[in-house]
Amino acid sequence: MTFLRSALVPMLAVVLAIASGAIIIELSGLNALEAYKALYDGALADRKGIGRTLEKATPLVMGGLAVAFAFKAGLFNIGGQGQLVIGALFAGAVGYGVTGLPWIIHMPLALLVGGIGGALWGMLAGVLKATRGAHEVITTIMLNFVALNITDWLTSKVWREPGIIVRTPAIESSAEIPRWSQLPTGFALAVAAAFACWYLLERTTFGFEIRSVGLNPEAARYAGISVSRIVILTMFISGMLAALGGAIETQGIVGRYEPGFNAGLGFNGITIALLARTHPLGVIPAALLIGAMEAGGSMMQFKADVDPEITEIIEALMLLFVATPILVRWVLRRRDTSEISVGAHWGDA
Amino acid sequence: MNTLSRYRWWFVTAAFLVAFTLFTAEFQQAQTTAVLAATLRQSTPLVLGALCGILCERSGVINIGIEGQMLMSAFAGFVVASSTGDLLLGVTAGIACGMLMGAFLAFLSVSLRGDQIIAGTVLNIAAIGLTSFFFQTGRSLPSGKTSRIKLGPLADLPILGRVFFSNRPLTYLTLLLVPVIWYALFRTTWGLRTRAVGEHPSAAETVGISVVRVRYMNLILGGGIAGLGGAYLSLEAVGSFERMMTNGKGFVALAVMIFGRWNPIGAWGAALLFGYANAVQTQFQFRGWLADDPQFIGMMPFIVTIVVVAGFVGRARPPASIGQPYSRE
Repeated sequence: MTFLRSALVPMLAVVLAIASGAIIIELSGLNALEAYKALYDGALADRKGIGRTLEKATPLVMGGLAVAFAFKAGLFNIGGQGQLVIGALFAGAVGYGVTGLPWIIHMPLALLVGGIGGALWGMLAGVLKATRGAHEVITTIMLNFVALNITDWLTSKVWREPGIIVRTPAIESSAEIPRWSQLPTGFALAVAAAFACWYLLERTTFGFEIRSVGLNPEAARYAGISVSRIVILTMFISGMLAALGGAIETQGIVGRYEPGFNAGLGFNGITIALLARTHPLGVIPAALLIGAMEAGGSMMQFKADVDPEITEIIEALMLLFVATPILVRWVLRRRDTSEISVGAHWGDA
Repeated sequence: MNTLSRYRWWFVTAAFLVAFTLFTAEFQQAQTTAVLAATLRQSTPLVLGALCGILCERSGVINIGIEGQMLMSAFAGFVVASSTGDLLLGVTAGIACGMLMGAFLAFLSVSLRGDQIIAGTVLNIAAIGLTSFFFQTGRSLPSGKTSRIKLGPLADLPILGRVFFSNRPLTYLTLLLVPVIWYALFRTTWGLRTRAVGEHPSAAETVGISVVRVRYMNLILGGGIAGLGGAYLSLEAVGSFERMMTNGKGFVALAVMIFGRWNPIGAWGAALLFGYANAVQTQFQFRGWLADDPQFIGMMPFIVTIVVVAGFVGRARPPASIGQPYSRE
């Protein structure tokens, strides 16, 4: 029952957003019903479509987890994009550069290196916050731009495939994450990561410490928790989650690293985390929803002539409705809802 | 002596920058002028964004939606100016769009008492979605971008004339806004009320100041200034609209605001520093330094931001009530 109650707000937000999206499509002189039918056809109608949806949803689950996990410690990680490209590139580099290993070692090794790379990148923002009081909203955004430049440089100068196209060589087959009859198995890894996050946050002492710092850093400090340590470790894990999303994409879908990889994922991670009301397991359905919209976007343009960017507007509307307290209060009929608050920690060092 | 030692780091930095400018420009007047003019040009949208941030945060509301406000206003300004052919109308549309978004942010965060960071994120994502959805390629400005206005004999001064007195209208307006906002914030009743609301809203309320009204007003005013920044980008700096053309400037503006310690004059100085990092970047390209690795030039302004935020600013103190929704109990 409590589960249903907490899922009611996001579900209502989704319905409202899709309805508003339909109005926008109609206003621009196109057929909304046709557009949504095409969206459904492209995303869910057959095995191929479902495969595409799962493909799109995988990095979204990881990006959403990265944001949701950091939220629990009161941190707002907008650096998912940078952490993701670092993870994707490092996994790609290990994927092609290391040869002669069996699959059972090579595949996890590439994932691990990608994940650690992004984790360290995320941790940088945590260290800057814990030691220098630099706000993570600013540093993670700046680190995104730096990461994009660094990965561009590494791809074009260090790990470049000979030829005109700037990209890394294809990864060895021993580093690939295989498909299971058209369905990407990387999605299963993302689901496992979501359960791991849930367990860590809800069932371990470390998770309790993270949540304490998120709820009230001052009280946590009095209770003997080292807030700096939690901030740094949380950003490490958050960065690793985003980076693993990139690594899975490289090893399971693209097969190499190319610049311009999955742009805009950082913002999607925020939308998904908020849609999930920062619950690690809620991230899975939220990511599937956005993933389906992305997977069906091209079909929608092809069949109904609607710009795929409409999905971005719908996402913004979902976020708006899910984050609007008035809607939450109206649905839950009480004032003391446990709303997510990140703004209250803006000035804290 | 006291002032000298208090500001010694400012002097050291300034001396270093002057020396570096002369060095990169190889001691030629034309080059030095170009770097300084580019500094001012690059700093303008940052100053405007930071002024918006100052107005919002001084009244106790975080605005991380500046990026979205600027992007949306750049778009609105460009669409209006390109379809009517009137630049002034375009700028007005940009400002109005920013104000509207400011009002919306106020509605979400002040009236509904929602989380301010999330409300700002909504603005950012909505702006990206709306501008890309309604963007059409091939539009242009029939009148061209805003034209340069020379301020009489002042424009003929060496270096200074070219840098300060031979600019386009929105740049002048920005240079004017900095002292005006500073004066308004620290020398007028409105400014005192704004700061009172930002520091201690319930105390302000007990002396009869309406917290809600002050916050609404500041967010709308700030939105208008961010809108001006957007109009500057599309109508004065570039002369067209491009997808994602703000490119993080709204976020850099936040760093500028913090570095300037929530003070308009300080923010202007900080914006000049960031503008300078960008200007030197173009100078590097011009000189052909690091030509093989342009990525290192590209990341310079962002690294400067990180170093500044982490190194110099440290634990700058924001207005006390920042980020907390206010409710009259």
